[in-house]
Amino acid sequence: MKAPGRSLAGPLPGWAEVVLLPLVNIALAFIVVGVIVAIIGVDPFHALRLLVTGALGSWESIGYTLYYATNFTFTGLAVAVAFHAGLFNIGGEGQAYLGGLGCGLAILALDRWLPAWLMIPIAIAAAALFGAAWAAVPAWLQAWRGSHIVITTIMFNFVASALMVYLMVNVLIAPGSMTPQSRGFLPSGQLPAIAGLPLNLSLVLALACCAAVWVFLWHTPWGYALRTMGHNPEAAVYAGTNLRRMTMVAMCFSGALAGFVGVNELMGVHHRIVLDFQAGYGFAGIAVALMGRNHPLGVLLAALLFGALQQGGAELAFEIPSITREMVVVIQGLIILFSGALAHLPRPWLQLLFARRAP
Amino acid sequence: MDEAFSFVFLMLASTLRVATPLVLCAMGGLFSEKGGIVDVGLEGKMLMAAFFAAATASVTGSAWAGVAAAVIAAEALALLHGLACITYRGNQVVSGVAINILAAGLTVVLGTAWFARGGQTPPLVGDQRLMPLFLPEAGDNVLVYVALLSVPATWWIIARTRFGLRLRAVGEMPLAVDAAGLSVAWLRYRAVLLCGLLAGLAGAYLSIGQNAGFSRDMTAGQGFIALAAIIFGKWRAWPAFGACLVFGLLDAVAIRLQGVRLPGLGEVPVQLIQAMPYLLTMFLLAGFIGRAVAPKAAGVPYEKER
Repeated sequence: MKAPGRSLAGPLPGWAEVVLLPLVNIALAFIVVGVIVAIIGVDPFHALRLLVTGALGSWESIGYTLYYATNFTFTGLAVAVAFHAGLFNIGGEGQAYLGGLGCGLAILALDRWLPAWLMIPIAIAAAALFGAAWAAVPAWLQAWRGSHIVITTIMFNFVASALMVYLMVNVLIAPGSMTPQSRGFLPSGQLPAIAGLPLNLSLVLALACCAAVWVFLWHTPWGYALRTMGHNPEAAVYAGTNLRRMTMVAMCFSGALAGFVGVNELMGVHHRIVLDFQAGYGFAGIAVALMGRNHPLGVLLAALLFGALQQGGAELAFEIPSITREMVVVIQGLIILFSGALAHLPRPWLQLLFARRAP
Repeated sequence: MDEAFSFVFLMLASTLRVATPLVLCAMGGLFSEKGGIVDVGLEGKMLMAAFFAAATASVTGSAWAGVAAAVIAAEALALLHGLACITYRGNQVVSGVAINILAAGLTVVLGTAWFARGGQTPPLVGDQRLMPLFLPEAGDNVLVYVALLSVPATWWIIARTRFGLRLRAVGEMPLAVDAAGLSVAWLRYRAVLLCGLLAGLAGAYLSIGQNAGFSRDMTAGQGFIALAAIIFGKWRAWPAFGACLVFGLLDAVAIRLQGVRLPGLGEVPVQLIQAMPYLLTMFLLAGFIGRAVAPKAAGVPYEKER
């Protein structure tokens, strides 16, 4: 097999690199999904039509799409910030879980005494703090003890899960409850939401996070140092950056962003602490970040697509019994594969295409 | 006395039962990592293999067909990993994560479409399963012995054969292997395929040996525990085997200790024992228990042009 890249043709034009290549990658992922759907015995185009109407066909479904997109924005931004620092944070799952715990604990402790305008910022801060703390441990281990952050964040996902099950079953369970969930939050500990929909104020928080990440990464000295570290750690050291401290900053920021999933899910929708509210969002964040090319705007667009897939997939599973909701998980996996690991697969094809058109 | 003996026997048996897929997976991962290909996709390979083993066994009625299907399924994912990491020099962690997510989704999607049981395969009976060979109460099916044999075999291949020497070289310094006129890619593909073979057997063990059928997410993190065992064994076969046994024992103990009060300690939370493999690995990685050093070129794609 011939080695790809840097072959006979020159580099791709800028727009093809930024727009065309990612689109081709996603198109490849969806072609494979279409084949899988056809293997199951469903017409892929019929399925696609159901998926699109399911995601965008009514105000209600758009509301659900935006609610899912909120979670994907948080975890996508979390992965993207770490990526810019050259760190691969696979621990979004655990950080989101702990963020929810922090948010929930703050509300359970204070909702009797505080009004909503004070309770909500405190709970959001608690979510950020707990998410950041859960990311800080692997960051510290990487920065000071030299252990690899990929492995430690994976391990911490499982530790988070064990911790949450223990706390919910033994400590936080509401008296008399048969299922492991806490008591309900009082109205002051609930985010304002659109009536009848899970869509709540967290969407605004997500948009604010996009803006904050953009300002932080591209318009502050810390963001500059963080990106320098990601591109070339030696140059960053030479420029006076403390790599250890920057690793901590990047991972804590990343963990705090992931922790906001808990705000959307617990303070926005469930109104109590439940188990597994974060399931899958942390990992999907990797796909969102890869697809959004680690830019806040790209992440937002990718999160909208993923939100639409999540909602449309649920409707699709409802309409066609032989398709389950896990089809969405398959699509996420394929997108990570094609726009992440196999990102260079179509490059030689495009290079050939552009080489032929050039004089 | 008799009671103590049977208690020890049962604990050993259940340790070995739980450790078997970990051992197979860890030995597979060892080949891959020694060759310089990081594999966080062990979990996904094992899950996919478990599904295809149970699905094939239930349709054909033969456990051996199930084992074959498991190996083929895991090898397909291994090849995909190889294609992404070796041929297209993609990020190895991203590829592994993609394989895990793909397997988690695809097993449920295909399972529901084919068997309409919410992602489960029909319960397997008789010849559809691998039965215990000698000791019915210990569950010692053929794959348990394969797992036990895989450890000396892995050690011997990596430490004592020409292929093993080259494999270690390709994981430490691929440039030297390339300069010696050997194909880095072909060596690494062989490592990845060996990994797929063993992860496939681990998956088959789960769904048609230890259990009677596939259920969604049945690997439940065991691929990651195997990964932890590799690190805990400092990328060597026998210590990794030891780590698998310790983790298996922890699991066996966790089941025994449910709701039991220990003198002086009170009730030990089961969740704490379940999290122990991960916590212990973290302590090791932090340098508190010796030092674990990965193969130097692990995770780095090899570019010939440079």
